[in-house]
Parts: sequence; structure tokens; C-alpha cells
Amino acid sequence: MKRFLPFLWMAAVMGTAGLAQVLLNDYYQRVLAVLAINVILAVSLNLTNGFSGDFSLGPAAFMAIGAYTSAILTLPAQTKAIALPDLPPWLGQIALPFPVATLLGCVLAGLVAFVVGLPVLRLRGHYLAVATLGLMVILQVVALNWQALTRGARGISGLPPFTNLLWAYGWMLITVLVIWRIVYSPLGRAMMAVREDELAAACRGVRVFRTRLFAFVTSAIFTSVAGALWAHLITAITPSSFSFLLTFNVVAMVVIGGMGSISGSVLGAALMTLLPELLRRVETALAIGGQPLYGLSQVVVAMLMLAVMLFRPQGLMGQREIGDVIALLLRRDRPTQPVAPVGEARRTA
Amino acid sequence: MFTPSYLAQQIVNALNMGSIYALVAIGLTVVYGILRLINFAHGDMMTVGAYVALAVLTSLALPAWAALVIPIFVVAAVGVLIERFAYRPLRGAPEVAMLITSLAVSSLIENGALMTLTAQPRPVRLPAELTQRVDVLGINIAVMDAVIVVLALVLMVGLSLFVRYTAIGIAMRACSENVRVTQLMGVDVNRVIATAFAISAGLAAVAGVLWSGKFGLVDPFMGFVPGLKAFVAAVIGGIGNIAGAMLGGYLLGFAEVFFVAFMPSEISGYRDAFVFALLLVVLLLRPTGLLGAHEASRA
Amino acid sequence: MLTVQDLHVYYGRIHALRGISLEVKTGEIVALIGSNGAGKTTTLAALSGLLRPRSGVIYFEEKNITHLPVHQIVRLGVVHCPEGRQVFARLSVAENLQLAGAHRSERAARMRDLQRVYELFPILAQRRNQYAGTLSGGEQQMLAIGRALMSGPRLLLLDEPSLGLAPMIVESIFRVIEALRRDGVTVLLVEQNAYRALQLADRAYVLETGCIKIHGPARELMDNSAVRAAYLGG
Repeated sequence: MKRFLPFLWMAAVMGTAGLAQVLLNDYYQRVLAVLAINVILAVSLNLTNGFSGDFSLGPAAFMAIGAYTSAILTLPAQTKAIALPDLPPWLGQIALPFPVATLLGCVLAGLVAFVVGLPVLRLRGHYLAVATLGLMVILQVVALNWQALTRGARGISGLPPFTNLLWAYGWMLITVLVIWRIVYSPLGRAMMAVREDELAAACRGVRVFRTRLFAFVTSAIFTSVAGALWAHLITAITPSSFSFLLTFNVVAMVVIGGMGSISGSVLGAALMTLLPELLRRVETALAIGGQPLYGLSQVVVAMLMLAVMLFRPQGLMGQREIGDVIALLLRRDRPTQPVAPVGEARRTA
Repeated sequence: MFTPSYLAQQIVNALNMGSIYALVAIGLTVVYGILRLINFAHGDMMTVGAYVALAVLTSLALPAWAALVIPIFVVAAVGVLIERFAYRPLRGAPEVAMLITSLAVSSLIENGALMTLTAQPRPVRLPAELTQRVDVLGINIAVMDAVIVVLALVLMVGLSLFVRYTAIGIAMRACSENVRVTQLMGVDVNRVIATAFAISAGLAAVAGVLWSGKFGLVDPFMGFVPGLKAFVAAVIGGIGNIAGAMLGGYLLGFAEVFFVAFMPSEISGYRDAFVFALLLVVLLLRPTGLLGAHEASRA
Repeated sequence: MLTVQDLHVYYGRIHALRGISLEVKTGEIVALIGSNGAGKTTTLAALSGLLRPRSGVIYFEEKNITHLPVHQIVRLGVVHCPEGRQVFARLSVAENLQLAGAHRSERAARMRDLQRVYELFPILAQRRNQYAGTLSGGEQQMLAIGRALMSGPRLLLLDEPSLGLAPMIVESIFRVIEALRRDGVTVLLVEQNAYRALQLADRAYVLETGCIKIHGPARELMDNSAVRAAYLGG
């Protein structure tokens, strides 16, 4: 019975998603879709930043790759003829189905991550962070200037709105499942070992570089899925959609939720999805001189992050998963058991 | 097209950008040298400086030179406060923690400015003396351009002397080698670090004022990209090394300006990509930079 | 002069010092000996404020200095010369010395001490404008001690001055420590070279895995069979 529990959860989520798709109005549907996308982003980033110990500031870049790839591949040929007349013919003619385009985006993102990761992952700590930031800038500039491919600053609009709650939550479940399995497996333990003490891990036979590269590429692949979903939700993308602000918000989700916890990332994503919605009303309500208080939600996010770093650096969940927390609560009346170190105990969903 | 006067103007531009980048890079490198912190909020010190200068200029009660001096003190104070409340509690934490915090501080400043001052870029009206053009060594340039270069040079020389000969300067150099042992010398390192932050923020303020003077506009996000580029400059020159920051600043200024000036227009739009590609190349091939070898042990 | 009561120091979860107590009287040279990892450097670090003890008290001249910041402890007269020299390589010899004296307000006293340092270590005077990183190991040790002197110590905490140095240099350094005693400086000496330390010191403490195992007059310890077996080569 216990083995089927994860499948029951997944079915429940998908069922709810389907119902929501049919029953809820557009606004709520959109918020839920954004939530799923944010979860994908946060969980993917946590793979490198949290579990593998490599602080990357690159999510915006890989999101852009996923978004633009799926956009270009799914636009119908007639639209492309007008909007992107300078595309090479083999791109201009085709119009692929959404899942195929998303997968091709993954492949491209994975390739880029691999090629970029080979040199860049030789760096560590804040040098790595800045290098990935540089990557983001480079990609943004390329998107702005390669007019033939991306229409530059005008961006690509009129994208078919493929993203519905079923796709969003379907991909989300896949992402969480895959990353969960990776993290709580020998490979995941290797990653965490590398994060804690690279030298010690290497002495134990962990292929340090390969492990980190694997995390980096996997993270990029799922991030690009998020990008594709985003593109077909918003139906219009420009290079400035994938800016540092986006990266910062994803980092916030991961940091606030807890850098070593998948449940934490989900929580962080939920928080960061709902918070701006709530604060949007406050922004308009507190309008000063007729101008809404833009930036308020970002200020709140920044202050939250500061508060977390100063008072609870491990984030909301630390390195625990939701299962641990529930178990801890249920064992309230028993003498305290020593908590097994992360990665040692077998994890069940 | 490539006439001598075009070339001369480009050199002047390069010197200007180089001066500004150098000023910002010095501040970044000083703080990094002591705390091993990449202060993402540093670029935003430029922004704050520029806004304060704007406020001073638009209030007619104060003379024009106050628009340069007052921001220095205000921003230095801001820098010290940030260090005290956001960075000092995290001393000893993993380096990524400080990085994240500096990101949060940066976002706080930028969006705080956005919230209170709106995204509308504000024009900067320079006093008439600065917009005049003069002939220097046969080249016709704006007074503002000359001021930028001269002022930057004066500040850089002043700082070098300060670091070399004053007691606090020596303490700063000692801290950048080994903070613990500096404490054992009876030095109050908190004060030294606060001074380092004050100086670095002050320099950034000047850079911000000069930038807004050169480009005529102020907006909440203006410091972000220059801050990043100054980091590139510091890395190129050798992070932790003041002379390296100066060198890196000017090299970057020249590289950037000449890239745009001499590349065909389809390519020149890739200027920022070029700058960051440079960063990646330096980080991968010679991470200690041109003048650096700054991995002293921190016992 | 110095009284340490029941000091417990932890590195994370590691219990490095387990309730040590010791005393240093004015004018003495006290040695702290023990093998590697026993906790000798930890003890000095706790005394100078680099490490905060979890419990226990440290009194210096009747004053409780247990939780004072490092630079204040230095200004009270407790100066720690750390192990491994740790001179500032990119500062000159003179700058190293100047920095150490900077917190003192009386210029005359500073100048006097600087002269004394150059007297004790003539080689430093010769090399005063060279970068400290270019000095040899022995010269760096002299600089480290000179630096400590520039801080105007009443109690000097010396951490392994003989480490990695040639025997002749070790001799000259120990002669300097004797000279310092005559100058009125009290010394707490941590040393791996137990024999020389016991020869020089008035009293000694033997530290083993965070506890004081034996203590007493240095002569007695030199004759103690257990000490001889463990630290003096039988």
C-alpha cells in the first residue's frame, strides 16, 4: 500500500488540477499555473545551489533558452513568416506540438549547460556565482541583438496559449519526482558530500566534477521547461522578461524555503507566488500621488531574505523534508530520537 | 570616419568610462580584500550618490560643488550602516551567505528607490561651467569630461597615499592579509572595516555623481550594470589589489569604448556580452588577474 | 597576574578544553607543554579572546577578561604572539612593528620599545624596509616577537616560538625570552620543545587532550618519570 502512496498523491494533484482547469476563473488559473512554474524553478535551482553546493545565478538564462526555443518551434508557419521573416527556412516552416518543442528546449538547454559548465564549474563560491551571472547577461544581450532569431527587444508575441493547469502540474510533478529521486539516491548523497567537503568526498571516490556537472545540467533542463511553460502562459516574451529580477526571485524562493530541502523550495515558491498577488492590492491601495507603489512587493521579498539570512539562515525547512517535520510532530511524546543525518535514512515520499 | 578627432573623442570617452569604472572597482576590491565579500550592493551606492547629488542641485540654496561633496558623506554613512547591520552579523558565515545578503541589500535599495522615487529617469541639469567645451592639447572636449578624469586621478592618488602611509591604511592592508592577527595587534578591526566601507561607498558616490553628470540621467537601476562591470574590472586587474582595480577599470573602459567605436554596428550592440565574455575568459585563464596573487591564507 | 578557572572551550561539537585551570604570577615564565592536538594553542587563543569559552573565567590582574573583545585584551597588556609567525608578508618590517604599536598613545614609550626591539634583534633593524614575506623563518619569528613587544605587553603569550627553526636560532630566541623576563615581562610559553621550555621556565603545566595532567615547578617536572617518558625522550 505504502508504495502506491506517491502515485495516489500524483493522481490527486492531477485530478485537482483538472478540476481547477474547468471550474476556476482565468485569474485563479493563472496564479495556480505560475505557482507550478515557480515550483519547477525553485526545485531545479535548489539542485545546484542547495544540494550540490554550487551557487548559480543562471536560472534566467536557461529559462530564456527554453522559452525562446519552444516559442520559435511552436509558432505556426504563417505567423513566423510575418514576425520572424529572417529565420532559416527549416525553422520557418515547421510548427511543432507543445511537448515536443518543450523537450527540444530541454535538449538545447542541457547542451548549453554542459558546454558552459565544463569550464565554468572549475570555479567555486562567489566566482561561480558571478560567472553564471555573466552568462545571463551574455544571453540577454544575444537575445536583444540577434534580431533574425528573436526579434530583439520587441520580443515574440502571439504565442499559442498551450499552458494549462494539466501541463503545468504535470511537468511540476515530473520535476519534483525526478529531482527527489536524484537527491535521495547515492548520487544525491554524493552531491551533498561534495557540498560539505569536496576533498573528503574526492577521497571517498566521488567523481566530484561529474557530480557537479550533472546537477548543473539537470537543473538547466528543468529550468528550461519552466521557461517553455511560462512562454505559453504569458504568450509574449521579450529579453527583459528573463532579467536579473527573475533570478533574484528564484534565489529568494530557494533561500527562504531552505537550501537543502525540496519541500522547502515548494514552500518558498508558494510564498513567492502568493505574496506579490497579495501585495499588488496593497501597492495600488497605497498609491502615492496617483502612482501605485511599484516595487513594494520586491522590497518585502528583499527584507524577507535579509531576515532569513540574519535570523534563520537555514530557511524555513532547513534540510528537512515535510515527512521529517510530520514525523517530528507525531513523536512529540516519545523520548527524542537522534535524527538521522541527511541522506543516510531511506526517504519515502 | 576614423578621423583623428573621432579617435581623440573616443580616447576621451574611454578615459571617462575608465575613470568611473576604476573608482567603483577600487571600492569593490578594498571590501573584497578585507572581507572576501562581493558586495552586489556596491553599484547601488552609485545610484544613491547620484540621487543625493540631484537633490542638492535642485535645491538652489547650495553651491554646485556641494553636489559632489554631500553625496560622499551621505553614501559613506549608508555604507557603514549596511556593513554594521547586514554584513557584520554574518562574519564567519559561509561566503555564499554574504553574497545572498548583498543581493538582498541591493534589491532593497533599488526597489526602495523605485517605490519612493518611481522608475521615471530624472534629468540632471549641470551647471553651465561644466557643459562648456574647451580645447585641451588641441582636442575639443567638454569641461565635464576633463573634470571626471582629473578628479578620479586625484582621488586615486589620495587613496594610494592614504593606504600606504596612514595608520588606518596600514591596518587595512593588514586586515586584507589576516584579520585575526590584525586583531592581535590591538587594532579594532570593526573600526577598520567600517572605514573601508565608508571609503569604498564614498568613491562609488563620486562615480555615481560623475556618471549622472556625463549621461544626464538618474534612475533607480542605473548603478546595477556599472557595478557588475566594475566587478569585471576588478577581476581583470586582480581582485583585492587597489592598483589592479585602477588598471582594470581603465582597461575595461578602453576595451568597451573601442569595441563600440570600431566594430560594425551589427556587432557593437553586443558590447555588454563582450565585457562579460572577457570576465569569463579572465576567470578561467587567470583568476588572480593581471596584478594579483591574492590568495593569502586567513588563519 | 593571570588566573584561569575551569575553562571549557568547544570547536563546534568538539570539546577541546575540558575544564582547565592555571595561574601565572607576575614576573614568572610559565611553560605549557603537551603533544600536538592537546589544546595548547586553543588555550592561548581563549586567553587572547580569539576563541570564546563556553564556560569558565579568565582573570587578568583582578579583571574578568573572559568575554572582552580581542583588541581590548591587548590594550590591557595581554599580548598573544601566534604560532607559525603569521607576519604580514606584504607589509615591511617597520610597518609590521608600527601597526602593533599603533594603539598606544604615548609616543615616547612606543619609540623606546621600538629601539629595544631593534636592540634585541639587530637583523630587523637592517631589514626594516623589506617586505616581511622576504625574511627567513627565524627572522620572521623575531619579527613576530618584536611585534608583540611593540604592543607593550605585561603578559606575553608565546605560541611555539621554536617551531620549524634551526637549533641556533632557537637558542637565540630563548635567550631573548630570558632578556624579556629581566625587562619585566611575564611570559606564558607554549612549546613542543619540552626540554628547552622546562629549562627556561619557573613553573610548567602539562596539557593532555584538553586537561591539565600535571603541574608544578619546572625542575620537578623535568625529574618526573612520566613526564620524562612522554615528553623528554625517557
